[in-house]
Amino acid sequence: MKRINWSSISYRKFSIGDILILLFIGSIIYAISSLNTYYTRPSEPLSFDLSPSKLPLYSLYSLIRVFLAYILSFIFTLVYGYTAAYNKKLEKILIPLLDILQSIPVLSFLPPVFMAVLALFPGSQIGLEITSIILIFTGQVWNMVFSFYQSLISIPKDLRETAQIMRLNPWQRFWYLELPYSAIGLLWNSMMSVAGGWFFLMACEMFTITNQDFILPGIGSYLSFASIKGDIPKILLGLFSLILMIILIDQLIWRPLIAWSQKFKFEFTESEESYESTILLWYRRSQILNFIREKFSSPIREKVNQYFVEKYKRAKFSSFSSNFGRIFNGFIIALIILLILRGVFGLGSLIFQLSFENWKIIILSALITFLRVSIAVIIGLLWTLPIGVKIGTNPKLTKIIQPIVQILASIPATAIFPIILVFLINISGGLNIASILLMLLGTQWYLLFNIIAGAISIPKDLLEVSNLMGIKKWEKWKNLIFPCIFPYLVTGGITAMGGAFNASIVSEYIVFSNRVIKTMGLGALITEASSMGNNSLLAGSTLTMAVMVVLINRLFWKRLFKLSEEKFSH
Amino acid sequence: MELLRLENISLSFKFPEGEIKVLDKVSFSVSEGEIISLLGPSGSGKSTILRIIAGLLRPQEGKVYYKGEELNGINHGVAMVFQNFALFPWLTVLENVELGLKVLGLPQEIRREKALKAIDLIGLDGFENAYPKELSGGMKQRVGFARALVMEPDILLLDEPFSALDVLTAENLRNDLIELWMEKRIPTKAMILVTHSIEEAVYIADRVLLLSKDPGRIIKEVKIEIPHWRDKKSKEFLNLVDMIYGILTGKPMEKLAFREKKHLFIPQAGVGAITGLIELVNDLEGPVDIYKLGEELLMDIEDLLPIVEASEILGLAEIKEGDFVLTNSGKKFAEADVLERKEIFKELAIEKVPFLKQIIRVLQSKSNHKAPRDFFLDLLKQHLSAQEAEKQLDVLIDWGRYAEIFEYDDNKDELYLSEILSMEKKS
Repeated sequence: MKRINWSSISYRKFSIGDILILLFIGSIIYAISSLNTYYTRPSEPLSFDLSPSKLPLYSLYSLIRVFLAYILSFIFTLVYGYTAAYNKKLEKILIPLLDILQSIPVLSFLPPVFMAVLALFPGSQIGLEITSIILIFTGQVWNMVFSFYQSLISIPKDLRETAQIMRLNPWQRFWYLELPYSAIGLLWNSMMSVAGGWFFLMACEMFTITNQDFILPGIGSYLSFASIKGDIPKILLGLFSLILMIILIDQLIWRPLIAWSQKFKFEFTESEESYESTILLWYRRSQILNFIREKFSSPIREKVNQYFVEKYKRAKFSSFSSNFGRIFNGFIIALIILLILRGVFGLGSLIFQLSFENWKIIILSALITFLRVSIAVIIGLLWTLPIGVKIGTNPKLTKIIQPIVQILASIPATAIFPIILVFLINISGGLNIASILLMLLGTQWYLLFNIIAGAISIPKDLLEVSNLMGIKKWEKWKNLIFPCIFPYLVTGGITAMGGAFNASIVSEYIVFSNRVIKTMGLGALITEASSMGNNSLLAGSTLTMAVMVVLINRLFWKRLFKLSEEKFSH
Repeated sequence: MELLRLENISLSFKFPEGEIKVLDKVSFSVSEGEIISLLGPSGSGKSTILRIIAGLLRPQEGKVYYKGEELNGINHGVAMVFQNFALFPWLTVLENVELGLKVLGLPQEIRREKALKAIDLIGLDGFENAYPKELSGGMKQRVGFARALVMEPDILLLDEPFSALDVLTAENLRNDLIELWMEKRIPTKAMILVTHSIEEAVYIADRVLLLSKDPGRIIKEVKIEIPHWRDKKSKEFLNLVDMIYGILTGKPMEKLAFREKKHLFIPQAGVGAITGLIELVNDLEGPVDIYKLGEELLMDIEDLLPIVEASEILGLAEIKEGDFVLTNSGKKFAEADVLERKEIFKELAIEKVPFLKQIIRVLQSKSNHKAPRDFFLDLLKQHLSAQEAEKQLDVLIDWGRYAEIFEYDDNKDELYLSEILSMEKKS
């Protein structure tokens, strides 16, 4: 499971594009923090039906939400990726912007989304639903966009020319060239994204904004509510149904999809590596699916194709696209400029409101969170490194353990968190430990997966030779194992660290057994500011987190990544 | 009747340091019933001409007329067969062939019928539901042909369609194509074949247009009046081949070994592989069949070809009727010691690979004799996809480093001239 999101654009030079982006972040953060002042309503006591018989229904609700959010992400991915790949001017802004958007934690998006949606659907349940779906969306969309964009820009030239000479219209080009070429990358990233969706489900289904609590029926809110009440059996029940659902989805949807997607592999000779799925075979033999294919999907595809053929026949091809492109371009650029101007003024005035004292707290919190994240990653490394290597270098062990690890990894750590809290809550500094533990739980899997993959890639003969020669353990690690797994380690590390920062917002500030527990940290600051409606503080702390994550990625991980590519790749 | 006319076509690729003129005032016309061959060394812009005819590229000067009308955008009357097949790997043979008909919006039954007919015609029946990766190179190219022919184009554009195939397969496919054409089983009215093989051009075409390189110009038109099927061993045939060799190189026959080439882009072959191949062939003494060479080395022909092609571009070897023959430089190279080898390689590489020269020019023009990798990458990206550009630059750097033309700093991602080299320039 790779998730490397370096864009191919060079970051080395600080350009106007960078300034625009900085201004742009400003405007986003401003928008995020300014809107929630408009909303105030007396809070009412929360109620939620925790009876276990409701669990299947709740699970279904959540599933639908995650699914809708995924569809939204998919559409967004196509539009954003397309624009970035085909518009050279916008590419320079859109791609670095993704880095930043990716580093903004889910909860920071809450106030503006909430306000915007509520303005459209005042006082209705639909408004809340849409808010929740959009929140889940903000947690899962970014890496999909990266993957799609990367695929688009690397489509081989001769295939592009073929499409041109054959005069594929834009729809056909998309359907027969661009989408198939991107399919595998998109699929792996979709899996990661949906997993991310489960991770933040609890925060997305039950949230507090300007001191008012909102709750949507779902498995996430079930868990949240149960933990607020401190009801351990209910938490376990909820956890059980969540895990069951995730395993089912994995087996019934993702595995078959991955096996199926192998046909989109861009290769001209058959490879040895294969993904198999019995369930895919079942689907292939399914009568219902065949019926649907013959009676519905094929005719519909035919109709759609026909529609686009007619459409592009009438519209003069070249003039259409260029005119449309020009207008679209102009529109986007105008929009961006508008946003930037708004952002500069907005953020400026917000940040000015922050006193020196506030900044001191933000910076201190940032350092503490950074420390926690680092500790979590280091602890993760300490246990995953030896165990991962052990598993990876032993094929028998790999076969048995890998599926188990995959299932363990698919359990969203946030859901286990309340149980951990029960044990740690009364110890002094308990939340501090719990917080690190949550970060660890959420991110160690990325490390483990990557280390196993790296260990599998260690050449067998080299291992045997070093055993024969009786090379000391330490020497073997230094000269063989470490160099082999280093690139994988970096890949895992980037993902793990990013994930840990994001996890800080759900781990540093918690309502448990009807009381608020918090520990100092940037995540706590963001969560608190968002729920209290403190715009300036939310702006300041979100900005700090975004800048910190981006800086760490650029200054630390990207360098290690390059080093690993050059020195240690073999 | 005239189908196509090119008038004074000129085209340059622009780089920040200046332009490379690719085509210079190219004019010719194609009539119904003709097979034209564009023949010239690489760098003569013959594939570029094909792309201009197809409407993929717009010339900076000059006009293209198709059936008397000026061409504007993609040419509706052509279909193209590519050197590397350019098939969609996720579509089956049938779907690949059908795709172009979908563009026309034909109903499914008609599409299927036409596609199956084209598949039968080209001898692919039985493989309708196979994916390209299950097919051999020759079969893949047959799919390429079926895909083009199913569109019933007026003009079939052939961009070195046989050069990625092994010798026997290529011969087979060539004859099949001529047979289809002779027996008028395809409605194609004209074909334009781009090739760098003189023999292939003389074997297939009615008219061969000879191109010079840097920039590409038509230097001569040769009519081939031998009726099909042509006998490659006949005196008439051999005389034509020799004459064309002479015109293209402007040199007497015995010096033909140095068939000159300049490649804008170079194949994916590292210096080590090239050196190895040259040494091996030198040890074997005498010409080696490429196909057998592949077998002997247990290499797929696809893996071997870039190395062969690179040796050819550098002028270390040449391909004669499927045989790999070392040139004099090649022999010298094989027998030289490490340092001499570098010298030979350097000389040839600078001469034959324009982009290397470009790199040196850029580095020399900078006061610190340094330039970032990305700079050259951007240049390459004007003509190649991002991925291809990366690969291309990696090979260029490999060659340049080996030949000590320039140095490369892996940590900073910079190309630079070493001290001695920059001194040389000053003195």
